Amino acid sequence: MHTGHSGRHVGVNKSGNFMRLVAENLAGERGGEILFSGLNFAVAGGEALMITGPNGAGKSTLLRIIAGLLDKAEGRIRLDAAPAGFDGLVSACHYLGHLNAMKPVLSVEENLRFWQSFCGIGNHTVGEALDRVQLGDIGHLPFGYLSTGQKRRASIARLLISHRPVWLLDEPTAGLDKGSEDQFARVMHAHLSGGGIVVAATHLPLGLDGAQELVMGKGGF
Amino acid sequence: MLSLFLRDTRLGLRAGGGVLIGILFFLAVIAVVPFGVGPDLKLLARIGPAMLWIGALLATLLGLDRLFQADRDDGSLDLLIMASDRHILALTVLVKCLAHWSTCVLPLVIASPLLGLFMNMEPAAIGATTLTLLVGTPAIALIGAVGAAVAVALPRGGLLVSVIILPLTIPVLIFGVSAAYGAVEDPAPFVAPFLILVAITLFFAVIGPLAAAAALKSSAD
Repeated sequence: MHTGHSGRHVGVNKSGNFMRLVAENLAGERGGEILFSGLNFAVAGGEALMITGPNGAGKSTLLRIIAGLLDKAEGRIRLDAAPAGFDGLVSACHYLGHLNAMKPVLSVEENLRFWQSFCGIGNHTVGEALDRVQLGDIGHLPFGYLSTGQKRRASIARLLISHRPVWLLDEPTAGLDKGSEDQFARVMHAHLSGGGIVVAATHLPLGLDGAQELVMGKGGF
Repeated sequence: MLSLFLRDTRLGLRAGGGVLIGILFFLAVIAVVPFGVGPDLKLLARIGPAMLWIGALLATLLGLDRLFQADRDDGSLDLLIMASDRHILALTVLVKCLAHWSTCVLPLVIASPLLGLFMNMEPAAIGATTLTLLVGTPAIALIGAVGAAVAVALPRGGLLVSVIILPLTIPVLIFGVSAAYGAVEDPAPFVAPFLILVAITLFFAVIGPLAAAAALKSSAD
């Protein structure tokens, strides 16, 4: 299966660091079947990569390969010039998958506080992160009581409480309303202007201007 | 790591945790034995340590399948695996096992003296059985972690976990019961089987988490 890509190579990005997420000739498989191969892209710090394509094209597989949760079939994926404190690609990644990674019986704050102490302190406290996603007043509720959109916002807050330069987002806006989408776009902009990288698999425009786009699969039926 | 321990204990103790189920099952097993074997007090006292051990073994197996499955179902397992640069995965597994043991198995150990009275056991036998349970049950939980990790991807792996690990728990049962008998019956030794029991627990405290971590890593998909 041929995969189109926009291999725009950028030298120094606007924030001045040289961090780059580079994939070379990357191939991924699920259940013994090659989903994509010969994938090349380079994303520099401060840039975003949108992965689009039809269902089953391998968007989530690609993200899970970058996150180190799946083995790649062939090729290389690496993070050049990772910031201090991050040894490799996986340790520098936040992964926001389809599942929210929160316990329904614990409160939102308890969930976030656990992930903060487990993954490391970030730029935001739990309270600030909840304010950023406009959940400040319901942090005490058990996570299971929240609506789908609120759950998604709570797991977006998880991206803020621990610092990771690379964000891997799998359909991040699923279940979000228009206002929350705009708010999330602002959160991503703040991350990018801080020199971070966003790699997002999505069907919907995320409101990021100037993002590279990686189209996977043949497209359509 | 402490936060992971606290989170898991909190989850175990809150609604839906397996604490009460384990104790009730243990109580049910021990309570029906006197009806089954008849009102022979001498016989009950003789088989008491063995029945307590079998009851505790089965009650421990009861909740083990949820050890990693719950984390997998809500996506937490991906993040725990991804954090393996920061926290060695085997250590994460060990902490989860300890949390599981303190919430689900320790209550069984605490309840066992009371259930020993049901079996007409003399105080020395009750004390010895409780002590051997305290030392031996961690080994069951640690062996169980391997089975739980192997079966984590299976939707109904519960029974499979028990079947996989039951043969491996037989040595724990043998030395636990023989140490308990050694404390009350004169020619039988107590110290030797007790020390072997301790050795088994320490052995599986190393092997169990390593094997479970390897199984978890390869099961990520």
